[in-house]
Amino acid sequence: MSMRKLIGFALLLMLVGAPAWSQNINAAGATFPYPIYSKWFDEYHKAHPNVQINYQSIGSGGGIRQLMDKTVDFGASDGPMTDEQLKQAGFKILHFPTVLGAAVPSYNIPGVTVELRFTPEALAGIYLGKITKWNDPAIAGANPGIKLPAEDIVVIHRSDGSGTTYIWTDYLSKISSEWASKVGRNTSVNWPVGLGGKGNEGVAGLLKQTPDSIGYVELIYAIQNTLSYGSVKNSADEFVKASLAGVSAAAAGAANAMPADFRVSITDAPGKAAYPISSFTWLLIPAQIQDAAKRNAIKDFLHWMLTTGQQYCEGLAYAKLPKEVVAKEEKAIAMIQ
Amino acid sequence: MRLLWRKTVNIVMLSLTGLCALIAVSVLFFILGYLVYHGGSDVNWDFFTKLPKPVGEAGGGMANAIVGSGKLLLLAAIFGIPVGILGGVYLSEFGGQAVPFVVRYTADLLNGVPSIVIGIFAYAVVVMPVHHFSTVAGGFALGVMMIPIVLRSTEEFLHSVPPSMREGAMALGASKWRTITSVVLPAASRGILTAALLALARVAGETAPLLFTAFGNRFWSPGWSQPIASLPVMIFTYAVGPYEDWHQQAWAAGLVLLGLVLVTNVVVRTVLSRRSSPQRP
Amino acid sequence: MATAPTTANAAGLSWGPRALIQKLRSGDEIARIVTLIFALVVVLLTALLVYQLWINSAQSRHRFGFSFFWSTTWDPVANQFGALTFVYGTLVTSALGLLIAVPLGLGAAIFLAELAPRRLSDNLTFLIDLLAAVPSVIYGLLGVFILVPLMRTEIQPTLKRAFGFTPFFRGPAYGIGFLTAGFVLAVMIVPFIISVSREVLLAVPNDQREAALALGATRWEATWKAVVPYARTGIMGSIFLALARALGETMAVTMVIGNNPTISSSLFSPGYSIAAVLANEFSEATGNLYLSALIELGLVLFLLTFILNGLARLLIILTTGRGTGVSIA
Repeated sequence: MSMRKLIGFALLLMLVGAPAWSQNINAAGATFPYPIYSKWFDEYHKAHPNVQINYQSIGSGGGIRQLMDKTVDFGASDGPMTDEQLKQAGFKILHFPTVLGAAVPSYNIPGVTVELRFTPEALAGIYLGKITKWNDPAIAGANPGIKLPAEDIVVIHRSDGSGTTYIWTDYLSKISSEWASKVGRNTSVNWPVGLGGKGNEGVAGLLKQTPDSIGYVELIYAIQNTLSYGSVKNSADEFVKASLAGVSAAAAGAANAMPADFRVSITDAPGKAAYPISSFTWLLIPAQIQDAAKRNAIKDFLHWMLTTGQQYCEGLAYAKLPKEVVAKEEKAIAMIQ
Repeated sequence: MRLLWRKTVNIVMLSLTGLCALIAVSVLFFILGYLVYHGGSDVNWDFFTKLPKPVGEAGGGMANAIVGSGKLLLLAAIFGIPVGILGGVYLSEFGGQAVPFVVRYTADLLNGVPSIVIGIFAYAVVVMPVHHFSTVAGGFALGVMMIPIVLRSTEEFLHSVPPSMREGAMALGASKWRTITSVVLPAASRGILTAALLALARVAGETAPLLFTAFGNRFWSPGWSQPIASLPVMIFTYAVGPYEDWHQQAWAAGLVLLGLVLVTNVVVRTVLSRRSSPQRP
Repeated sequence: MATAPTTANAAGLSWGPRALIQKLRSGDEIARIVTLIFALVVVLLTALLVYQLWINSAQSRHRFGFSFFWSTTWDPVANQFGALTFVYGTLVTSALGLLIAVPLGLGAAIFLAELAPRRLSDNLTFLIDLLAAVPSVIYGLLGVFILVPLMRTEIQPTLKRAFGFTPFFRGPAYGIGFLTAGFVLAVMIVPFIISVSREVLLAVPNDQREAALALGATRWEATWKAVVPYARTGIMGSIFLALARALGETMAVTMVIGNNPTISSSLFSPGYSIAAVLANEFSEATGNLYLSALIELGLVLFLLTFILNGLARLLIILTTGRGTGVSIA
């Protein structure tokens, strides 16, 4: 180990870097919020020209790992860290929700241009491979009057580990005990059926190309790619189509029961207007930051994010944090020392 | 009769080879055409001079990624080309049976390692010890990928120099090393140059090794020990985003990358062909 | 008695201190040692890499042992991992890629080296070399946008009609799958074959061609029977380069292979390769066993490359009667 340290140090010393007149902060993590994060860091940089926050979207798991390896100053993840991961990190890590997102069931059925309604049982059945045709009663029952073809359903899922998969499988695990025991929830699972697309855009691409297909993508990808997506029946038996309002409603429902460390799943949330496949996405900040300048910059950014930052969300199809959550987070910032 | 058959085979086979070449070249033109069509409009002065802008804002460019790719490739060339050429010289000119066999085999193995594994390796060796992403780490990863291509090709091209040239030089009293540097290497220089440029072209487009080493940067990266942006990583990030204008920027970046590789090729070849006059058999 | 160095023979087996000093003075010995060191750097780097892979996959190796090789389960939630489906995918796609690229590449190289006027040949090769620089992700995107629909609507149905009775062209035509991945790989590796083979063909001394022609051979016969065999080892070398790239290709493959760990004889079936699953899951893998299993996959690929290279070399040695005097193995 020390030999490698020597080599590493020697290589770096040989080609030494330049002055740090600016505060350089490196961060890594989730791809889903990358558009809004890049907007935030850019706006923040305009307001504070000496702070450069360099965020790279290498994936939630990558973000967690880089944070644990201490190669970045903070991380970002679509799924909260597990207790086991927090213990493994060896130092205290705080979660700060930033925005909300939704995973939508998107489909491409030639001839069907209207919005379909999906029950939880239908979605679970399709992804378990038990419902194989579009005109299966489980799907047709919720969509009276719509002519569904007797074609095989082509199931599409994510091939790469992702927070979107985490949200989707988290939801399926909650509404289907068979899914929970057979497959479970994770950023990457052993899918019973289906083709794997790389990234949200890979799934969107496959959806567009493949007739009679169904897949899950982040709301913003469905909108940008003009994919058809359906409504989902929530815990209050209402069919809700994903929208910023529906996602915020899901978060508001969870706000009061929010644990102190903000690690909460809001899939299948209570409330009539709640969209059931919603989720927070978090920034992962170490509780202890040695470098005072860095610490202040990060804390200041968090304040900015909770106030000015939130106004950029809707323009990019992200749902804002509910007021109650914002208030709680403001208090939690003080925990960073 | 037999002659007619042979003549027919002659014409058919020769035309087939022409067809193969045509197919290969048309694929390239197709790709170039696609990139130009989809990204060409985005390649403007801004692209080369401005930093990236967040989504929704017009303008912005990839200036930092262009410079970044340049720096990374420079480092890769410094790490990879000398090792490859000198190693190839050993295998061809000095080696016996055993060592060259092992080295050749190993080089082929190294060549087959997925680029992401090379990235992980470089991460473990250069990034982890200092807990810091850096340009050097990225250059190292790319350099490692270049070595096998340059090494194997150098050896092949040195072998292809006829023994008569070596013997001629030695008959004049030149030492082995002198023979190599004045006669053999220049004779094989064309091929070696081709291999070096091919290796450089290959690593110019690699994304995976850079994700864990050079990391990426939205801003300028001074010096060599900071994370740095690069064209392939930008292409990857933008191509997998949801926005159409990001996709266009990705195509544009692909076009620029190819353009840079082309320019490098031309420059290096002209500079070096003016210096030496390779022997044509 | 100081004599001028007469080290005409590189093997240099003359012993004794005087000979050694003479050799040192001439610089040859230093040159030999220095270049040897550089050559060994390759071995050192590879050994270091294998070492890294070995120790980081320890958890997975201890847990699964040899069953890792033949298990087809890959379940990150239940923490059960096995490599077989990925090994299959890697082998099938690389084989397809080579099957398409080698004839195409060799044909093009022959044309460019033997038939085309020099200027044209140089310029065309120059452009073909650019193909090597196209980023993998762009190949993947082009594959998704252009090749996949083409496969789904035109090529696969045609193949099915013509060859559907064989086990290779069965099943629904999604457009993605082993065959598509094989095509994309072929395009990616063809520049290596063309570029290097052409150089080697150009380096064949003219007297070989002239001798064949003088004996009454047609242009083709002269090329195929005199020039190409002379350049055989170089061409083989280019194929090794191409094979290596095919085995390790990540981005482009993962975008068109379907990413479904399946073993199927049908080329239309979606599949998965080692490099593709590494690219997909490495960044996100949390959990030590998961990570360790992924790294063990890297080790398996290394082993695969080792075996394939060995087999290929064996094949060459067995089929080469006289060889060209150049060591090929």
